[in-house]
Amino acid sequence: MSPLSRRAARQAPPPPASAASDWDAPELPPVARFAHGSRVPGWDDAVDLTKDPAVVPDLATTPVPTGLRETVEAAMARYPDPRSASIPALHAAQHEYGWCSPEAIEQVAAVMHVTPAYLTSVATFYDMLVTQPKGANDVFVCTNISCSLRGADELFRAMNVAAEDDDEITVRSFECLGACDIAPMASVNGEYVGPLEPADAERIVADLRAGKPVLEAKQLRNRPTADPGTAAS
Amino acid sequence: MKKILFDRIDEPGLNTLAVYERRGGYGALRKALQMTREQVLDELLASGIRGRGGAGFQMGKKVSFLPKGDMDKFLVCNADESEPGTFKDRELMQKSPHMLLEGIVIAAYAGGIDHAFIYIRGEYSYQADILDAAIEEARGAGYIGERILDSELDLSLVLHRGAGAYICGEETGLLDSLEGKRGNPRLKPPFPALEGLYDSPTLINNVETLSTVPHIIAMGGAEYAKIGTETSTGTKLVSVSGDVKRPGNYEVELGIPSRQIIYELAGGPLDGREIKLWFPGGSSAPVLTADDLDVPYDFDSMAKAGSMLGSGAIIVVDDSHPVLEVAMKLAKFYAHESCGKCVPCREGTNWTVKMLERIDSGEATPMDLDIMASVQEQIIGNCLCVLGDAMAMPIGSIIAKYRPELEAHIEAARERAGSGALENVVALGVADASAGPMPVH
Repeated sequence: MSPLSRRAARQAPPPPASAASDWDAPELPPVARFAHGSRVPGWDDAVDLTKDPAVVPDLATTPVPTGLRETVEAAMARYPDPRSASIPALHAAQHEYGWCSPEAIEQVAAVMHVTPAYLTSVATFYDMLVTQPKGANDVFVCTNISCSLRGADELFRAMNVAAEDDDEITVRSFECLGACDIAPMASVNGEYVGPLEPADAERIVADLRAGKPVLEAKQLRNRPTADPGTAAS
Repeated sequence: MKKILFDRIDEPGLNTLAVYERRGGYGALRKALQMTREQVLDELLASGIRGRGGAGFQMGKKVSFLPKGDMDKFLVCNADESEPGTFKDRELMQKSPHMLLEGIVIAAYAGGIDHAFIYIRGEYSYQADILDAAIEEARGAGYIGERILDSELDLSLVLHRGAGAYICGEETGLLDSLEGKRGNPRLKPPFPALEGLYDSPTLINNVETLSTVPHIIAMGGAEYAKIGTETSTGTKLVSVSGDVKRPGNYEVELGIPSRQIIYELAGGPLDGREIKLWFPGGSSAPVLTADDLDVPYDFDSMAKAGSMLGSGAIIVVDDSHPVLEVAMKLAKFYAHESCGKCVPCREGTNWTVKMLERIDSGEATPMDLDIMASVQEQIIGNCLCVLGDAMAMPIGSIIAKYRPELEAHIEAARERAGSGALENVVALGVADASAGPMPVH
């Protein structure tokens, strides 16, 4: 018998996006196997979902908040292969619990019908998915080359000092955030602000504590383009 | 020069369908749908447009590599703009999202594609929200979905938000990430044009490239090719950052002198400072010095000057910064972002950081520079993707061009740390560069 191709296995119809009831687990995508039963090898397909002892948590015995479950299922429905939803699903779990806790990962795994280990491998790869408890507010200070040339390291130190005794504010230095035109800059809960001075660190913390928009005058969204020729042409 | 991508980019409401349509938006799509797929592809080929993401491969050729026939084909727009110094796609997506969507639909038509994805980096949440709204509007107006503008073209479009990984800007790493895995690059070949997303033929293009497509169709490929130089056609968005007075995005015609971009548009270095070195194409490009400022800004001239145009991001470093600081920032970034799949990159980036730290702590000898240079040589070309090369090229060029400064740094640091005078080490033969790299214990 000829070996099944991985491609054929991948193109099999995806499992239904939302199961009819808690007891109706979605169908597993088929695993490509040789005629004698062993799996067709492929380094980019490391997880064999049918293999013990990697256990897929049972949706029937794993309590999942309805909102989270609906978000994850909606994300799964958007892709030809529901596993593509792992990043959006983990984002949703992080939004729900504040971080990708083992329980949160277990719940997403139950809905997505994958092993928690698989999702953990994904969560640990990406900088924005956090597998340690963190504060509710994220401050990413870009310390990459363009920002550091303009004083990002001082800003990062000042930011750390300003938020030192506030557990709800997590300060991290981050890879290039793609806003070198406002260097040095920071992303405060996703809002890009810059150019910043070390003195702005206190104001960011104050705005966060007051629940106000952060440094409104320095938000990137209001900034016109630098190119002088764009209005005239 | 007439702006193409940045034409009245700050017009209020350009991110809405109403304003974009009032300016003639989606006219190019209507025009393309009157043509056959082959005619649209011919226009793209005639325009000679090269990919704006970094590799500079001709877009028309990429489309023509897709197999013909009835099968699942995918288009992935690479909006994972993470190359340090690059922020052009961010401004384009934020201010004119429909231009990108129109380009995607036209490119999908040319390639016979019916599923498209935009992979946007997770940090760009504001831009992603704008794109999401634009996609909804376009879908409502019949520009995306089934039987677009009553033609035979069907296209689904999904916006996928990443979660912060530089490597996902690499096309095959991006595909793995989009499939829901860790973003590890794949072995090539097979190239994505044959086996890409879900093992199906996939066209991957950068935001700026796809945003240019409507303009190519509107003005005609041959007309577009008249802009720029013969082998680098069209205009390019250049992100200028670092030690300049007016950092920002500028649209320039390819082939203008680099000096004009840095001095006239970006205002030149800060008062009282001189340009020491600059990266012409993001932090992955080999560095150029102040002597290279008159090199024309296009793909081939940059390659001839020993660097590359890359993503079109100029980072200017002035004389107030020690070159070691620049090298350290780069090496630490690439060491953090290396996915760890290939040994030369994973180990090479890590050891380069350690060797640079030795320089600063006063433990290094000039021989460390030779070892470091040889490590860079052993990374280049030996990995699945070019992340390792992206560190090795600038670090290698910094060692080659700024060796005297680095040696002076080594000596000063040794003195500071009391590591002993360099002559004593040289007397032992340890720093004999002609002996080649030796193991360090």
